[in-house]
Amino acid sequence: MDLILSALGWIFDPAHWESGSRSPLPIQDRLLEHLRYTAGSLVIAAAIALPLGFYIGHTGRGRQFVISFTGAMRALPTLGLLYFLLMVFGYWLSFDTAPIVGATISFVILAIPSMLAGAYAGLESVDRQTIDAARANGMTEWQILSRVEIPLALPLILGGLRAATLQVIATVTIASYAGLGGLGRIITSGIGLNDYDLILGGALLVTGLALFVDALFALAQRLTATPGLTENHPAARRRTIKRSPRPRAPENA
Amino acid sequence: MIEFESVSKRFEDGTVAVEDFSFVLPSHKTTVFVGSSGCGKTTLLRMINRMIEPSSGRITIDGVDIAGRNKVELRRSIGYVLQAAGLLPHRKVVDNVATVPLLQGVSKTEARGRALDLLDTVGLDRALAKRYPRQLSGGQQQRVGVARALASDPNILLMDEPFGAVDPIVRADLQAELNRLQRELGKTIVFVTHDIDEAFLLADQVVIFRKGGIIAQAGTPAQILAEPADDFVASFIGADKGKRTLHLQQREGDEGLTLVVDGDGRPIGVLRDGTLEPEVPGP
Repeated sequence: MDLILSALGWIFDPAHWESGSRSPLPIQDRLLEHLRYTAGSLVIAAAIALPLGFYIGHTGRGRQFVISFTGAMRALPTLGLLYFLLMVFGYWLSFDTAPIVGATISFVILAIPSMLAGAYAGLESVDRQTIDAARANGMTEWQILSRVEIPLALPLILGGLRAATLQVIATVTIASYAGLGGLGRIITSGIGLNDYDLILGGALLVTGLALFVDALFALAQRLTATPGLTENHPAARRRTIKRSPRPRAPENA
Repeated sequence: MIEFESVSKRFEDGTVAVEDFSFVLPSHKTTVFVGSSGCGKTTLLRMINRMIEPSSGRITIDGVDIAGRNKVELRRSIGYVLQAAGLLPHRKVVDNVATVPLLQGVSKTEARGRALDLLDTVGLDRALAKRYPRQLSGGQQQRVGVARALASDPNILLMDEPFGAVDPIVRADLQAELNRLQRELGKTIVFVTHDIDEAFLLADQVVIFRKGGIIAQAGTPAQILAEPADDFVASFIGADKGKRTLHLQQREGDEGLTLVVDGDGRPIGVLRDGTLEPEVPGP
């Protein structure tokens, strides 16, 4: 407990947030780096995983291949992959660019399986009859995807993004092993200096960041909850209660 | 007028759904395809809006081969009603009805206004317009499905067992409503069902199928009832068991009322003042 209190004290010490303080400080610089690596990797991963997932979910093609392939990707240890990529890119790229390229690729590979699974599982969960009806009404394949499948699959798509984001935020910590910044820097310096405040403080910062971003996703999922799908959509429920003191009679007359 | 010219459909796994089917469906009439599951009736229906492509043969609408028409345009010009309504669960009733006009680029206000009129046409309260499909009963959803199919004012209406998933009382209601609508609108309706009584109730022309999309008999309900072409048709319409032969019966304790019973002895009505009054919906 003392250790945690002391670590919290370290985090909230204003001196550690002052710009220009000694590396690995100030904290906000590391925090921003952490978020930047995370966001960059997620954007690249989404650009690959979402279209691929939509394609598989819409057409049903290549499903088996992708499931086994992403399963294998999940099994890759990110730290091992990072070292391997550093070696490979260290050979071709400059000393500056190799770590960022290697690290980004590792995180992208980490993020893809969850996003992909969310995207294609989401599309597959849409009722076939609804899609058939949309097609029979004269929607083009693109309209079916954009106006029917994606809106109806949104909860699962966001779920995949959320899982991927958490994994990446937690794992970006290891970027410091590649000589990059991020909150991992604080932990590695702590290990080097045998300073528990730094180690635990860094870990708590990563945890706090992950929980904060997760809460944002929870909020986004709630706000984008497809009306008409969830009976007890919180916003709708609140409205009903405001208008009439008593709950309405069941609407299926 | 929809014309099938020796249309066949073989699926990739080798099953033959329809073999050399030729038939003419007259305009402004209701043609009902009836047969047991897997007889190819739904396949034939879905060929009309190119949801399924024939393996050979051709289908023309008013003399124009549909194979040469853009699939999406064709489907927008034909109303389609499915078994479970197939409404978009994330859109309000009014937007569901307006689906096709919106796809065709009609302005939102205009499409919604017309959608509200259509709710009246199919006998739904306008207050339901703002609800989501899940908040409606099965029968109401089915009416919304019909309204959606009518939204672009198509000449042709395809109905694939639309009343199969609702209870008998609501079904009788919807059937009566469809008959009323058809008297007003005079669309070319192609209706698929496995319920021969529904077929007789709605059809100007009934087509009874055997397996493989082969016509067992086609004709008006009266023609088929009076002269079933063969034993298959007779058993399909229930004539062989005397189901269509009605008798009068008087039972004890009925105080002079005369029961009308079918061949199984099942009461289907009472005789009063020389008219037959059904006591249960159905035959």
